[in-house]
Amino acid sequence: MTAVELGTEGLERRLARAERRGKLRAFLLVAPLLAFVLLSFAMPILTLVRQAAYNTLVSANLPETTALIADWKVDAPVPEPLCEALVREMHAAKEVDPAIPSRIATFVNRERAGSLSRVKQVANADIKAPYCAGLAALHDDWAQPDIWRALKIVAPSFSPRFFLQALDFRLQADGSIRSQDSNEALHLMLFRRTLLVAAGVTLACALLGFPVAYLLAHVSLRVSNMLLIIVLLPFWTSLLVRTTAWIALLQQNGVVNDTLVALHIIGEKGRLEMMYNMFATLVVMTHVLLPFMILPLFSVMKGINPNFTRAALSLGATPSTAFWKVYFPQTIPGLGAGCLLVFILAVGYYITPALVGGQSGQLISNIIAFHMQKTLNWPLAAAIGTILLAGVLLLYWLYSRLVGIDKMKLG
Amino acid sequence: MPSLRTNGFVRFENVQKTYDGRSLVVKALNLSIGRGEFLTLLGPSGSGKTTTLMMLAGFESATSGEIFLDDELINNIPPHKRGLGMVFQNYALFPHMTVADNIAFPLRVRAIGKAETTERVRQALDMVRMSNFEGRKPAQLSGGQQQRIALARALVFEPKLLLMDEPLGALDKQLREHMQFEIKHLHERLGITIVYVTHDQSEALTMSDRIAVFNDGRIQQLAAPSDLYEKPDNSFVAQFIGENNRLRGVTRALNNGRAEVEMRGGVIVPALAVKAAVGEPTQISIRPERVSLEPQNSEINLEGTVAEVIYLGDHIRIRMQVFDDENFIVKLSNGSARRDFAVGESLRVGWSVEDGRALDV
Repeated sequence: MTAVELGTEGLERRLARAERRGKLRAFLLVAPLLAFVLLSFAMPILTLVRQAAYNTLVSANLPETTALIADWKVDAPVPEPLCEALVREMHAAKEVDPAIPSRIATFVNRERAGSLSRVKQVANADIKAPYCAGLAALHDDWAQPDIWRALKIVAPSFSPRFFLQALDFRLQADGSIRSQDSNEALHLMLFRRTLLVAAGVTLACALLGFPVAYLLAHVSLRVSNMLLIIVLLPFWTSLLVRTTAWIALLQQNGVVNDTLVALHIIGEKGRLEMMYNMFATLVVMTHVLLPFMILPLFSVMKGINPNFTRAALSLGATPSTAFWKVYFPQTIPGLGAGCLLVFILAVGYYITPALVGGQSGQLISNIIAFHMQKTLNWPLAAAIGTILLAGVLLLYWLYSRLVGIDKMKLG
Repeated sequence: MPSLRTNGFVRFENVQKTYDGRSLVVKALNLSIGRGEFLTLLGPSGSGKTTTLMMLAGFESATSGEIFLDDELINNIPPHKRGLGMVFQNYALFPHMTVADNIAFPLRVRAIGKAETTERVRQALDMVRMSNFEGRKPAQLSGGQQQRIALARALVFEPKLLLMDEPLGALDKQLREHMQFEIKHLHERLGITIVYVTHDQSEALTMSDRIAVFNDGRIQQLAAPSDLYEKPDNSFVAQFIGENNRLRGVTRALNNGRAEVEMRGGVIVPALAVKAAVGEPTQISIRPERVSLEPQNSEINLEGTVAEVIYLGDHIRIRMQVFDDENFIVKLSNGSARRDFAVGESLRVGWSVEDGRALDV
């Protein structure tokens, strides 16, 4: 090795050291934010996804029962060791924490209605061998296979049953899947409705926002600043106030109906129902989400040199050809970004449909809240949430494939 | 004006333009452009030259007056029906289209057949020597290449008239000079009428048949490049085109086209009377290269003091004080008769009377 090469190597090492210091400083600067994002965003989401598919309540507290019931064929008679294990482990679990038997009972009850007290009883009753006969003596249900099948479904730690339920399917004890009874099938309809509403809101925002953004980009700076404030005003007003304002406008005795009646366009009896339904959800969501469409569009349009349109005109294009062939294609990155933003926000929108949607205007996020707060079926809520998240990520991926995420401009 | 009507391919007749209704950007413009002419509108920014071009293109409407193209009144014809080619500052190539699509654009909007379009795009690319670039996007081209494509696009539909709005402003000096020649040669080859806007006087001098010098919304002088340089009509043109020495004085007498100008201290300097009136202040404009040092048989022989000597290789610039002008420049070509000059040295300066033009102040 010559002296020159030695010198270069020393130089490389020094450069690496100098760069390492810079990288470390950069990392330390973003570390607080990184920690915050991990704690408040990434971890809850991961916990949620995990909860949807993984639960050890039964398998940890009733390990032997879990193992034995996995081997049990759903059509065979219940073997004595399984009955014995269930009785013994239920009592043991009650010793550890008196609440556990009723939580297990809730689990089973979700698969087979009416199982709540049957399962709780097992932990409280004094059952002697033969255990299967003892259980049957406790209640006739234990002599039937149904409750055992429900237990078999909830026992494993890993289970796709909540995801299946989120898509209106039910997992059976023998591992097969059947679709949910039509009167309970709700989620798919809500998913479909949510996608339709999100698409409708996105379309309405694009149609309403495009001319506004065009105007903003083509008036003098002073005027555009003032107009921009009007566009941003909704951002600075409480969501609740805005929604209430819409209620005042749209309700049966609201401003719009009163005006129409006063103008004799509709009769007193024919007042329009515009509140607490799908119409209200669409109108209010469009209003709330409009700025998210206008801002990226505005920023892209402002960057388009007016000479492009002039060039097209000078080359003989009619104004409409110049617009569609030359101007519009250049607004696609902004339009794409606005649509993506509005659609994703609309898909997960909760508060507006909850306030103004009534029955027909409820969306998938409202059913998630329902499962979180009313039925306390958190794993199912988590499963629906996970599917929603996956859908949004899929959409994002599609957008990056079709338009290119690097071309997205958010303002 | 019947004479204008017959020879003007493009005619502006008493055209005025105001944006705010108070001040005129273009004031009473009369301009006639011949068929096949290369005419440059030259002037500082805000002088009205770009507005004039935009009125011709149809992007701005004339507030009053008439604009004719090929004897047709075009005031109310929208830009896309005027059939003019235009090259913009920063080229305005459509970024989402390939080079070939850009050039085909004017043909497609005219619904010209596919085969003919392909053929004419190929010819246009050949013309600007960019044949292998048809599949590229504008962003993948250098400034000079984009300029050529913009030119090809503006010419491919064989417009009656080509308008160019500072087309070389974004290029570096060397490329700009190269493109100047290329555009000039293209003009000679195609024989198309070109109206060219620039604020760069050397660009205007290089390329044009005639130059219209704009200032304050008016054409100050419309003339061939050599006349503009050698025979400026007023002090603005003298000042704007090339370098210029100014000696201020008062016209005392006018005879046979000569003005007797009294300088400070009572010295009378004769000059060619261009825009001078007896008793009015005037300034004599002299090009630096027309001044000779230590003149022998010159009618003008004045005293000056050397203030600065700058060596520039092919020539030497001497800044002198002559009367009260401290920026009197003398340009000496670096020939065999070279000698050294010292700051503070007293020298005689002179020029022939015809080279000093008595202009307005």
